[in-house]
Amino acid sequence: MRLRLQTDLVTDTPTASPLAAQLGYEELPRLIALMTGDEKHSKSADSTLDVLWVLYDRVLNVAPATADQPDRDRFLLSKGHGPMAYYAVLAAKGFIPIETLSTFGAYDSPLGYHPDHMLVPGVEISSGSLGHGLPIGVGLALGLQAQQLRSSVVVLVGDAELDEGSNHEAIALAGRLGLDRLTVVVVDNRSATYGWPGGIAGRFEIEGWAASAVDGRDHDALASALTAEHRGQPTVVVAEVETGA
Amino acid sequence: MTATATAESMRDRFARVTSELVDSDPRLAVVLAEIGLAGFVRARRRHPDRIINVGIREQLMISVASGLALSGMRPVAHSYTPFLVERPFEQVKLDLAHQGVGAILVSVGASYDASDSGRTHQAPEDVALVSSLPDWQIHVPGHPDEVELLVRDAVAGSGNVYIRLAGRANAEPMPVEPGRFQVVRRGSQAVVIAAGPMLDRTLEATADLDVTVLYAGTVRPFDGDTLRAELSAPAVVVVEPYLQGTSAMWVSEALRDRAHRMLSIGVPRMENRHYGTPEQHDEAHRLDIASLRHRIGEFLEP
Repeated sequence: MRLRLQTDLVTDTPTASPLAAQLGYEELPRLIALMTGDEKHSKSADSTLDVLWVLYDRVLNVAPATADQPDRDRFLLSKGHGPMAYYAVLAAKGFIPIETLSTFGAYDSPLGYHPDHMLVPGVEISSGSLGHGLPIGVGLALGLQAQQLRSSVVVLVGDAELDEGSNHEAIALAGRLGLDRLTVVVVDNRSATYGWPGGIAGRFEIEGWAASAVDGRDHDALASALTAEHRGQPTVVVAEVETGA
Repeated sequence: MTATATAESMRDRFARVTSELVDSDPRLAVVLAEIGLAGFVRARRRHPDRIINVGIREQLMISVASGLALSGMRPVAHSYTPFLVERPFEQVKLDLAHQGVGAILVSVGASYDASDSGRTHQAPEDVALVSSLPDWQIHVPGHPDEVELLVRDAVAGSGNVYIRLAGRANAEPMPVEPGRFQVVRRGSQAVVIAAGPMLDRTLEATADLDVTVLYAGTVRPFDGDTLRAELSAPAVVVVEPYLQGTSAMWVSEALRDRAHRMLSIGVPRMENRHYGTPEQHDEAHRLDIASLRHRIGEFLEP
């Protein structure tokens, strides 16, 4: 079952929505609990929660009413595992009905353990197999650039997901091409078995990216890093959260 | 009459026509991984934002095509067969149809055009692999004129299309119609389906046999309607320039309610550790004219 956009619930921006105003950040644990049965949600949902909230609340130029507009910003959840935080934020912002959350994982539910772009409004890509979102994001940024659209592309990856070689094909090319409409958020809970010598930010910097590392629970720091302009460079923000979170 | 190299190769025609289309269609973009760049040098000067070379990064080539399509563009990705289909197969599977977008993949090298380069540059499994995915059109043109028609048709559409170019072509083009087989000759003992560049060889091998010959420039969707309509006898031979048996399931499905015999001719599953010419590989795989004549004749014997 594909959901329809909940445009009747909102006006023109997420924050202008009566529903969104009603459902703030503090409501997210309750929404996640609708999927998990209790508020002790999974680590992968927890690690991304604050980044997702800041993106949809303060960074991305996208709302239910504009979710099909060519010039909207695109958010790609590459790390598709544990998408409860993502669904909760989408519900809080009016993209999907809150009632749907309790169907999570059911046969006829649009909300699976990995998000499906074709079933859920506002979800820009289907993810689950790691290492696809960032390479697709490079193509998306190139396509928007060729069409002279001002949209930005933000991709969320996990630190362990960076093990996938496909990411490094994308990191290298985006740096060489100076794709400044592309931002990658690496949620770093130090789950990569072998880590990255010199740090994750350094891996991107050597390819020409503008890099910063911030507290992944600090909303102001995240918003500041995610909205900083770097002309002629793609941006990576390493959002550091608790180990294993 | 045998498959020959024509003045303008299939690949040259593809590059020329696609470059023209990039000029006229602002939605169209070409993604390359170094290979094939020479054919797009001038187009790239005119459209640096839409002729994109990702370097030797084949997974990225397909993912970039996906991103372009998600942004509303019509991407064409082109490379050697194993690097376009086999190496990035998960990207072909997940980044295109699964994302609800379409791209045109155009391969060069066929099964063993690069016979002297060895196994790493050969991919007779490509059509079987792409056939395993839903909703792909697969074209196997037999002549540069057919390439032009099929490329133009694919660019005008929005779905996923795989076009397999070959180094050897039939002497004359066929009036291909995407998704349809053409009747080349009618006979009473069997239907022989010849895919793309196998047509000339098949016609010569069956010149003295009383068989219908169908030409398949498109193999997916498989034109079961024409096969059923032309089935003069319950015997079918499929002559394909890629993995033997690739279309066997489609023949069985088309004739599911008719008792029939079938002979699948194609590239056998084997590690052929030889170099040399494509013609030598034809002989090794029993795809040369004499072998075809012998195999089809033997199949038709009562």
